[in-house]
Amino acid sequence: MRTGYGICYVAAMIKVDQDLLRVRGVTKSFAGVRALKGVELDVRPGEVHCILGQNGAGKSTLIKVLAGVYRHDDGDIIWNGEPFQVSSPQDALALGIATMYQELDVVDGLTVAENIFLGHEIARGGFTRQATLVRRARELMKRLGHGSLSPTTEVGQLSAANKQIVSMARALSHDIKLIIMDEPSAVLDNKEVENLFQVVRELTASGIAVVYITHRLEEIRRIGDRITVLKDGRTTASGLPAATTSTSELIHLMTGRDVGNVFPPAAPIPADAPVALTVENLTLPGRFENVSFTVRAGEIVGLAGLVGSGRTEILETIYGARRASAGTVRVGDSALRPGSVGSAVRAGIGLTPEERKSQGLIGEQPIFVNVTLSSFERMARAGFLDERAERSVTREQISALDLRPADPDRPAMTLSGGNQQKILLARWLVHGTRILLLDEPTRGVDVGARSEIYGLIRRLAAEGNAVVVVSSEIEEVLGLSDTVLVISDGQVLSTVPSDQIDEHGVLDLIMKGAAA
Amino acid sequence: MSDSTPGAPEPTASTSTVETSEPAWRRVLRGPLGRNVGLVLALVLIVAAGAVTAGNDFTSWNNALVILRQASIIGVISIGMTLVITAGGIDLSVGSVLGLASIVATLDATQAFVRESHWVVMIIIAIAVGITAGFINGVVIAYGRVAAFMATLAMLVAARGLAEILAERRTLIVGSRPFIDFMNADYIGVDVLIWIFIIVAAAGWILLNRTTFGRRTVAIGGNREAARLAGINVNRHMVWLYLIAGLTAGIAAVMMLGRTTAGTSTHGTLYELDAIAAVVVGGTLLIGGRGTIVGTVFGVLIFATLTNVFVQNNLPSSVQAVAKGAIIVIAVLLQQRFARRETRT
Repeated sequence: MRTGYGICYVAAMIKVDQDLLRVRGVTKSFAGVRALKGVELDVRPGEVHCILGQNGAGKSTLIKVLAGVYRHDDGDIIWNGEPFQVSSPQDALALGIATMYQELDVVDGLTVAENIFLGHEIARGGFTRQATLVRRARELMKRLGHGSLSPTTEVGQLSAANKQIVSMARALSHDIKLIIMDEPSAVLDNKEVENLFQVVRELTASGIAVVYITHRLEEIRRIGDRITVLKDGRTTASGLPAATTSTSELIHLMTGRDVGNVFPPAAPIPADAPVALTVENLTLPGRFENVSFTVRAGEIVGLAGLVGSGRTEILETIYGARRASAGTVRVGDSALRPGSVGSAVRAGIGLTPEERKSQGLIGEQPIFVNVTLSSFERMARAGFLDERAERSVTREQISALDLRPADPDRPAMTLSGGNQQKILLARWLVHGTRILLLDEPTRGVDVGARSEIYGLIRRLAAEGNAVVVVSSEIEEVLGLSDTVLVISDGQVLSTVPSDQIDEHGVLDLIMKGAAA
Repeated sequence: MSDSTPGAPEPTASTSTVETSEPAWRRVLRGPLGRNVGLVLALVLIVAAGAVTAGNDFTSWNNALVILRQASIIGVISIGMTLVITAGGIDLSVGSVLGLASIVATLDATQAFVRESHWVVMIIIAIAVGITAGFINGVVIAYGRVAAFMATLAMLVAARGLAEILAERRTLIVGSRPFIDFMNADYIGVDVLIWIFIIVAAAGWILLNRTTFGRRTVAIGGNREAARLAGINVNRHMVWLYLIAGLTAGIAAVMMLGRTTAGTSTHGTLYELDAIAAVVVGGTLLIGGRGTIVGTVFGVLIFATLTNVFVQNNLPSSVQAVAKGAIIVIAVLLQQRFARRETRT
């Protein structure tokens, strides 16, 4: 990494007055709401320029302006020394700006090669030239260090990581000078992130600039050259050296406040706290086997494991969203009906799913509809909705959880990731749920809001709720939980108090488990 | 309306003040009235065209009733269709089910039974046929996991075929005079058929906007998986929805019997398409998650009025079909424009 930084630095020295991209005072409003209020950004050829900012800081809007999806209202953008005139994504691509969105835009039904050349197929007289297509695709995949991936594979069969590679190859199939990556690591596990970094280094070595957006500070340290920080639609700092700027300074720039210890202290669980949830020998063939554990009221149990270890499936099976082939889930003394979400919800279990957008929220509907989605029937009178009561309990949750904006009628999709997560928590609090299953509670939530979510989860536990947390960030599981279950390949390898194991220990167990 | 908690620092408050400072006309446009402004405008335009080209023949109260009568049968079907589409489903079988129900209600055996009892039996039988077909649709779709398009297409074909078998290529006459008299009577100057449409539309509006049933419908259409994970029994609800679509087809069959005094296996042919067109033109999203009964009523009225204008001017029905097609495309294009603005992308 050091050497990479050095090369870029030298390159930057030579071309110091030749910024590839120069953004000055750019603004953008939607229906009277200003999303960008003055953004400054300089990107040099061959550098990895990281953009940091909380959700709602304007990162996505900025990307979309650069990608040609939106046109900025005011301010100057200079591309390669010339005014930036782009009115469509095609224009941006023609200038040499490619964008990789968080939601990968590959077509599952097409092959790798077809995806790469989608929109600019190599054709003669309207007929695609399959052989050339495949050959060129293979070259691109090789350049990205994934020569083993066959261009004729259907993309639907690839992992998220490989889809990302395809998406990158598509960008490279154009003659690009800048590639924008919106949280590329969000869908990847540790090993895949390494691969991604390798590819990014190869890109920058060939002079391509990378604008890299992420929530993870440690990634910025490893891959970034310079950092620009956005807050509330404005640039608060630009061109900071990625290697030497302190974490506390970055967090301060992002949030406007100092962040101390990220994880709140655990409250001791009363010795007489009853067992709230008992999972016994739960089995879902091919996913996990014989999973057993208990959660006491006030306790947070964390499931630590890599992607594909079965963590999410365990939560979903407890919740009845999948039907276990064997084993039981008991709340207090009563066993749940397997494969019945209704039974779990009635028993007082609530799940906040991994994919908020596709599994959790009804985006078009207002906040209050999403908050009362599990309790509107109970609040209704003789089948008629009581929207007044629904809004009023939503307002209570809004102030209890500090949810913003504090308007029950705002559509859920307009909220930031952290606030969307609060909607899901509020849903179960309104319902009176005592057992919370939280799947990736901080995915897509920015650093500042994360500590807030952590505090919230801790508070809910202290109030006597039983909590099960799944996260792909081992640090998060350890910091948040009282007890940790280490899971690999659908097996519980170990159940330990979280203060008796560290990240190393967890990874060690997983490696040994994989070897055994 | 922004209730910020007093004392709490509110950095987002500025956003809401910015929003309230937008021009008043724009806020009106975003309200429930504004959402139908295009539809009102379209209807006014068509009425104006009718008044100009056909004069008093068009603008009379009598002609208004003719239009409403025409609209009523498709209208009733469209209400059920609105609910199904709002939940992200589709029902192609309603027209055929209407035909089948009209036949079953006028079979010799049924008519004989009606003579011995009461003509209400005929209504009950037609509606029972509709409900049964809808129930089968629902179970096949929800529990059999067959795509709604395919399941109801199969019902479309099968119900029409069954109607032909039962009818033996005959037109079956409604034997009960009191039934015909009742269906063709009017109250306060408005036909029974129109009253039925009004009642069904009002019931549909209440169901969709004021009840837990409606909330479930919108939730499932907006995000089926999220609804399921929130504890809503999605499958059971889908069965209810198709059952209601069948119910409206049954009611429409009764109306048809009253108007034509006969049952035939061709009753209701292509009505499903007219209903879907009215629903979509009205502003209900075909992908689900947003539905409007008021919009559907406007959609139905727009098509019925358009037909009337063409008839009054003695224009061939083929020209009318072309105009209908154009209206559908224009309406959907306009809607997308508006929807895009609303979601700010």
